Amino acid sequence: MDYTPTPSQTVGPFFMIGFAGPLLISHIAAPGVPGERVKLVCTVFAGENQPVNDALIEIWQANAEGKYNHSGDPQEKPVDPSFLGFGRQGTDDLGVCVFHTIKPGRVPANDGSLQAPHLVVGVFTRGVLQRLPTRIYFAGDPANDSDPVLALVPAARRVTLLAQPVPGEPETWRFDVHLTGARETVFFDI
Amino acid sequence: MTSPAKPPVITPYRRLDPKTQPPLLYEPYRASVERAPRKPLILLPQTLSEITGPVYGHGDIQATDNDLTRQHAGEPQGQRILVTGRVLDDAGRPVPHTLIEIWQANAAGRYIHKADRNAAPLDPNFSGTGRTLTDAQGHYRFVTIQPGAYPWGNHPNAWRPRHIHFSLFGTAFATRLVTQMYFQGDPLIPFDPLLNAIPEEKARERLICKFDPNLTEPDWALAYRFDVILRGREATPFEGQ
Ligand SMILES: [Fe+3]
Repeated sequence: MDYTPTPSQTVGPFFMIGFAGPLLISHIAAPGVPGERVKLVCTVFAGENQPVNDALIEIWQANAEGKYNHSGDPQEKPVDPSFLGFGRQGTDDLGVCVFHTIKPGRVPANDGSLQAPHLVVGVFTRGVLQRLPTRIYFAGDPANDSDPVLALVPAARRVTLLAQPVPGEPETWRFDVHLTGARETVFFDI
Repeated sequence: MTSPAKPPVITPYRRLDPKTQPPLLYEPYRASVERAPRKPLILLPQTLSEITGPVYGHGDIQATDNDLTRQHAGEPQGQRILVTGRVLDDAGRPVPHTLIEIWQANAAGRYIHKADRNAAPLDPNFSGTGRTLTDAQGHYRFVTIQPGAYPWGNHPNAWRPRHIHFSLFGTAFATRLVTQMYFQGDPLIPFDPLLNAIPEEKARERLICKFDPNLTEPDWALAYRFDVILRGREATPFEGQ
């Protein structure tokens, strides 16, 4: 028997009919989940700042202790069953989607050091035949300087992985995804 | 800050062979020229963040969510079909209790989506969306209708072959897959740039379901078999460096 993995295909323009309903999640963390509150405003662009109105963003993250709600996380830390850590939204006509969550704690890297706080992100869109994996880090976090994944990225492009605080809007962070163009976001081969 | 913990034991998911997957940029698919990233992807050795991922419980799915013909008062137009198969990893092991979501056009080739401008009728009895969980052996089953082909603006007289969109989570962020299932013998298949972006013919065939007379329910529905293979894990764990 041949068990080569099934090929990927584009999500196409009409995925929202499949994902509408209970599994379209904007509030990753309900009020009361421990941690620093984060309102994350994501915008997807193609070319030179053309908003993409049919992109899908999926987010996976640890809780404030840096523990994933998943059996594959061996850390002896508690999980909150009400916090799965998954979010999924489609972009609107301005290319924007919003997540309400908490800043994750630091998750161990493979050498036992600690990764900087980050969300793992999958971007899907018409025109792209595979999911585009990326990460969101938080600008100004001192842990970024020693993060082993950021260290894999050429210094000049690291800024594409940093959410920036929005001046005058408490708890609000902006993250722009550039599919193409001069500010193309770093995407990973995982 | 905090002192380093014991290195986690990471058994990464095996990497994909590029000949079996579509590239990001494939010129015949026009939208990829506008939207595909041009810079090479950065190789990321999987960490705890990639080998974990969202897992859904039964509470999120209703028992009838896998029957797209019973979501409205009346029966939808079109040929009733069963789509069944298994979700396995690349060692042939079942992926149990994993979420599958599907969406599709109706029998006339029209999606119930505001952006669909195809001049074909909507069907008040068909929404075209379903979801289910695989069972303990990785089996799944949908009841739906044969979707129609539809025109799209990619090139002159471009029509998508009949297809059903599939979305699977598997066991980790690393195993997430969105794909499309096509039908054996569809005359549009040789002309479709999405399917033909996949370099190997054998890999393209993995997206084509097979008619199965044994699964067909007499006097009620035709049946097609479609297995989905997700990435599996390396044989040996990776601990520290
Ligand atoms: Fe489609």
